[in-house]
Amino acid sequence: MSDPIETLTPVLTANWGDERSWTLEAYEAQGGYRALTKALGMAPDDIISAVKDSQLRGRGGAGFPTGMKWGFIPQDNPKPKYLVVNADESEPGTCKDIPLMMASPHTLVEGVIISAYAIRANHAFIYVRGEVLHVIRRLQRAVQEAYLAGHLGKDVHGSGYDLDLVVHAGAGAYICGEETALLDSLEGRRGQPRLRPPFPAVAGLYASPTVINNVESIASVPSIVANGPEWFSSMGTERSKGFGIFSLSGHVERPGQYEAPLGITLRRLIELAGGMRNGNALKFWTPGGSSTPLLTDEHLDVPLDFEGVGGAGSMLGTRALQIFDETVCVVRATLRWLEFYKHESCGKCTPCREGTWWLVQVLARLEKGQGTEADLDQLLDQCDNILGRSFCALADGAVSPVQSSIQYFRDEYVAHLTQGGCPFDPAASTLFAPAGARA
Amino acid sequence: MTQVSTELVNLTIDGVAVSVPPGTLVIRAAEQIGVQIPRFCDHPLLAPAGACRQCLVEVALPGPDGSMRQMQGPPGRMKPQASCTLVVSEGMEVRTQLTSPDIDKAQQGVMEQLLINHPLDCPVCDKGGECPLQNQAMSNGRGESRFSAQGGVKRTYPKPINISAQVLLDRERCILCARCTRFSQEIAGDPFIALIERGALQQVGIYEREPFESYFAGNTVQICPVGALTSADYRFRSRPFDLVSSPSVAEHDACGAAIRVDHRRGKVMRRLAGHDADVNEEWITDKDRYAFAYARQADRLTHPQVRDADTGELRPASWPEAFAVAARGLAGAGGSAVLTGGRLTAEDAYAYAKFARVALGTHDIDFRARPHSAEEADFLASEVVLTSHEDGGVTYADLERASVVVLAGLEPEDEAGTLFLRLRKAVKQHGTRVVSVAPYTSRGLAKLDGRLVRTAPGAEAEALRELAHDGEVALDGGGLLLVGERLAATPGALTAAAELSRTTGARLAWVPRRAGDRGAVEAGCLPTLLPGGRPAADAAARVDLATAWGVEQLPTGPGRDGDAIVAALAAGELGGLVVGGVDPDDTADPAAFREALGRARFVVQLELRATDVTPYADVVLPVAPVTDKAGTFVTWDGRTRAFEQVFANPGSLPDLRVLAGIAEELGAPLGFRTVEEVRREMAAVGPWDGERPALAGTAPAPTAGASEPAPGAMRLATWKQLVDLGSMQDGESAYRAAGRRAVARLSATDHERILGPVADGVVARVEVTGDRGSVVLPAEVADLPDGVVWLPARSVGRGVLADVASPGSTVTVKGAGE
Amino acid sequence: MSTDTPLDDRTVAELREIAARYPQPRSGLLPMLHLVQSAQGRITPEGIEACAEVLGITAAEVSGVATFYTMYKRRPVGDYHVGVCTNTLCAVMGGDAILERLKEHLDVGNDETAASREGDTATVSLEHIECNAACDYAPVMTVNWEFMDNQTPESAVQLVDDLRAGREVRSTRGPRICTWREAERVLAGFNDGLADEGPSAGPASLVGRELARENGWTAPTGGEQRKADDK
Repeated sequence: MSDPIETLTPVLTANWGDERSWTLEAYEAQGGYRALTKALGMAPDDIISAVKDSQLRGRGGAGFPTGMKWGFIPQDNPKPKYLVVNADESEPGTCKDIPLMMASPHTLVEGVIISAYAIRANHAFIYVRGEVLHVIRRLQRAVQEAYLAGHLGKDVHGSGYDLDLVVHAGAGAYICGEETALLDSLEGRRGQPRLRPPFPAVAGLYASPTVINNVESIASVPSIVANGPEWFSSMGTERSKGFGIFSLSGHVERPGQYEAPLGITLRRLIELAGGMRNGNALKFWTPGGSSTPLLTDEHLDVPLDFEGVGGAGSMLGTRALQIFDETVCVVRATLRWLEFYKHESCGKCTPCREGTWWLVQVLARLEKGQGTEADLDQLLDQCDNILGRSFCALADGAVSPVQSSIQYFRDEYVAHLTQGGCPFDPAASTLFAPAGARA
Repeated sequence: MTQVSTELVNLTIDGVAVSVPPGTLVIRAAEQIGVQIPRFCDHPLLAPAGACRQCLVEVALPGPDGSMRQMQGPPGRMKPQASCTLVVSEGMEVRTQLTSPDIDKAQQGVMEQLLINHPLDCPVCDKGGECPLQNQAMSNGRGESRFSAQGGVKRTYPKPINISAQVLLDRERCILCARCTRFSQEIAGDPFIALIERGALQQVGIYEREPFESYFAGNTVQICPVGALTSADYRFRSRPFDLVSSPSVAEHDACGAAIRVDHRRGKVMRRLAGHDADVNEEWITDKDRYAFAYARQADRLTHPQVRDADTGELRPASWPEAFAVAARGLAGAGGSAVLTGGRLTAEDAYAYAKFARVALGTHDIDFRARPHSAEEADFLASEVVLTSHEDGGVTYADLERASVVVLAGLEPEDEAGTLFLRLRKAVKQHGTRVVSVAPYTSRGLAKLDGRLVRTAPGAEAEALRELAHDGEVALDGGGLLLVGERLAATPGALTAAAELSRTTGARLAWVPRRAGDRGAVEAGCLPTLLPGGRPAADAAARVDLATAWGVEQLPTGPGRDGDAIVAALAAGELGGLVVGGVDPDDTADPAAFREALGRARFVVQLELRATDVTPYADVVLPVAPVTDKAGTFVTWDGRTRAFEQVFANPGSLPDLRVLAGIAEELGAPLGFRTVEEVRREMAAVGPWDGERPALAGTAPAPTAGASEPAPGAMRLATWKQLVDLGSMQDGESAYRAAGRRAVARLSATDHERILGPVADGVVARVEVTGDRGSVVLPAEVADLPDGVVWLPARSVGRGVLADVASPGSTVTVKGAGE
Repeated sequence: MSTDTPLDDRTVAELREIAARYPQPRSGLLPMLHLVQSAQGRITPEGIEACAEVLGITAAEVSGVATFYTMYKRRPVGDYHVGVCTNTLCAVMGGDAILERLKEHLDVGNDETAASREGDTATVSLEHIECNAACDYAPVMTVNWEFMDNQTPESAVQLVDDLRAGREVRSTRGPRICTWREAERVLAGFNDGLADEGPSAGPASLVGRELARENGWTAPTGGEQRKADDK
């Protein structure tokens, strides 16, 4: 094992905050689109090899090796190939892609062009959630600038390669972050997941070979091409290479985006964020959004990489570190997440549609202090009947907070029952507490 | 198509070895060894959905080292797989609820979830007793509801809503399996129902201004695995366990779809699709499903009647008296003929054919109660009769193997719905191309992604001849040519079709519209054809048949076809007429037909219900509907589809028994009295194995009707919509209300020329006038050739033939307000 | 009773233009429905039928899509549609308190438009929203899908009052807030030229970068990266 990771490594975030950083002019001034020039001088397969060699794993949560995904595209398939960027960032706690696209949309656009060139796609899409108007403006403008500069369109940089890029705004559906639901949505349908197989690499958008990658994955590609795969893989841990944006939110002194090698610990990140708010104690946190099982202060030294978090019984996910201190009621937090999953369940399969409906009802009663301890076991049994039974992973995510909160805080659930209600004061948790707190 | 001696895949299910073709789904493989995995969304004819998650199984696969690896997720935890979406693989080990306690629990968990929001209204639910949810909750569910015990709050909706005039949706009962929406989209091509809303509020819905008007909507009611979809005609009528089910065959078109007749105390309560893999698979049209009340209308004939010589009125008579009066009248009429319609079974048709030759001594018989021609009779004799799947004839399954299917004079969605569905399957699953020689791109053709060879009525022969050289259509031996009975209205068209078949190698099939038509051809209800395809003009064939029948000889002179019979009656050359199953308004010239009836000296009618023939009839003989007799329909692809009697009703006689009675009174007994006897005789007579006439190589010269219409005049195109005013659809208002509305279709140019600019949302009407009268209908633009107007043939008034003009003739069209 | 703005020819032409952006026209449906909202203030039957007509699909299919996504509104929203994130983290950090205060202040329930008061120049509707990917700015609000970061009940009340009074309100990370209909037009893919408004990023987005700068932390140098570091 290498030494503990102590320092930050801004790459994607390096130009955020620069003067008019979102413009082509500012992006090019700091070296932007040079990676594209280099890439267009390479054979597409060599770019795929470079990304494979970098050991970049998908930054959208699942951590699938990006280069391998590209390699699955059957180049002998006569159908057109498509690249789709998943910019539907909606997992509770996740807030890295949105600032990236707002501050430096050209990083993504350059990544799209290189990636599309590598997989021989002539059409690419950025599917961005609809509820982020200014981000969409910046993306639209960046794409427009890139066309005008000859980075997009016919004969990119005189290479003979053509690429069209469409910025496509979604319309409010968490499930569209699931890649096959995203494809259905991009085809103008209800965003409900598709059966796999066939996998998108074989039959994705318009039943054609399609690569779908997260914003941060694609945005990392220009730096890999520019600096080489070894540069990328020199960062991170043995099987989780490179850097990633860690998003700290909640009860730390300085919430925000911290770009660091994979494998940094939460203990170090909280230090960097100025410690817990008011010096309060850490109670629970999500490593990668609400769909990843909660961890507690026992896990402060878990390396935040795919293996480390997996070993702690959760998932690295999107490095969406939602930090909750001792003022927060875990039952309330869990209920609210379940209300989210219920609202966002697409309705296609029974365990998710009906299971979340029921979980919310049971949790709501428990939060009010109604029920018995036997209900906790039933709750876990309900989770057992959902986990791994549903069509896609949404419902697996939904049971994560329920199972993990009961695992770590069973006593707190019981306390609700014995006290006949919630023992916490919600005002104490707010940003504006105590001054803004209202009973 | 791709089943070219592929190796089988070996797997075990609950420890039992099974070998199945590659690509088989685990749920199907389990069925093969008798293991029923519970399921809701799964349907063998729909694309897998994996939505309900009821069919979970445990699966292990052999790893590279040969050891078995359980499918897991998260790691360490068995991940149940949906067996309705999982394809078998070599060495797979599957455990179902029978051998895996974890799977049993997983299935019970899903069942519990399904019941959370399902109302417990089984006692008042139409599905109760035949409900997959009810049944599987009993077999694979838990006894008590934890959700209800805790006072869980169910999702509720107002009770059922009409999603069409016929189909009702009870959203509370729906388990969102999406069978109905998938059927409508994948099979029928009518996505007027869709999943709407999201999550627990997801539901099946329509767009408020566009109801679920599909010719095939009833199938969704049948495949709904709960009581969410019900039909207005059956709702609250009976419980499944009170019903007796009898298999039968649909009598509404020439497709021969299998149906199941559910009845109680002598009354049909409902009809369902039956399974016939060679014909309709598991689907039927709404006409096959809902149009059965015609047989119990108030005008149903219940007893024989004879016309009283004194009063001139019909009066009840006994069967013997009616037979005797009929025989006497026909004997003294001075030459009699036989006209039949499309409802006949093959056995009845045989009886009419034999009755004409043996009892009346004439070849004057025709089943074509519609526009027809001598060319068509020749075509039927040379190209159609005796062809079947057994000797290389075109079949339903051939549609799925065909590279291209050319349609001419045939609108399958309206005229042969079962064929339409199979053709759509061919297009969607096998890439078959469809080309239609027709006046416009009908909705059906659009759903077949078909190419229109835009053809004005009268120009079909030329269009067919040109297809031989059409590189895009690329008609060759892998192609099929399906011609409809309407092609007979264009001189030369059927000949051109036969030529096209011969020159390209594309195989040819004739698709008539009525259930009895093909059987009537085989049975000899034509002046030119005797039973078994024997040419009436062939002396050897006549001798052969006379021998079989044990009669001295058969008439020699040429027989008259339908038009000639009508003309001869009007001219007094014929005096008597036996008519069965003919609606005057279906005939080529309804007024002429009525006039002929009026002139006839003696008319014997065999019919279910009083019709416009009845006032002219001297003897009226009630006959049995299909439920009351056994019979056989011959499908367009030459398959015999026999059905048995559903109701034993001694007073309800099949046509053949009535004809036998008259023949006996005439002193020329037919030699049979029962369906069984006719079947035996038909088998004994058998098919003709001698020479068959070739179709004259040269087409008849076009008639005057095919010339260019006068300026301002337009040519009339028409066919019958599936749901229309045909008398065998009477008595079912919800069914008719869900049909397509009647409109007149015009080209955009003609619409503009006749109606001028029309504001959005305003429907202008046109008056179409022909030599027989006028009809006023809302106008719609379609991609018709200029100078052609299309009307539905039997959707308003007495229909186009009676009220407007003959198909292909010229009419005038003018605006008729909004 | 419909008071919807009728769809004009220009909008129908733009619907076709959207469909033409894609290899298969139906891909345009989501932006087309955004355009319908921009033109008509909600998803209208007329808009559904127009989309169905342009795409050659049934109105039921369009309906299925329009009812799946929460941004499509069947009832008109206000000129300013105010969202309060009440997903767990924002709720805990004060979103619940903000929503309660606004409901009380505006006298509305969820997804309702507040009654206009005398002197108001604009209407406001209120909706509790799910996580909007701005958790480091919790509690977060949106107005017409522009970020309003780090809100309090008091700032929220001020915000809606300013909106109703027609006073200029700027997103904490974007331009002066446009109307909901104008915003929907951007979502339909028609740029409004405001991309250059607002900062590069909000302060929370920059904390890590600033900390790295203060401490001289960088990614390892390699190839192109060196140039950026030299600045």
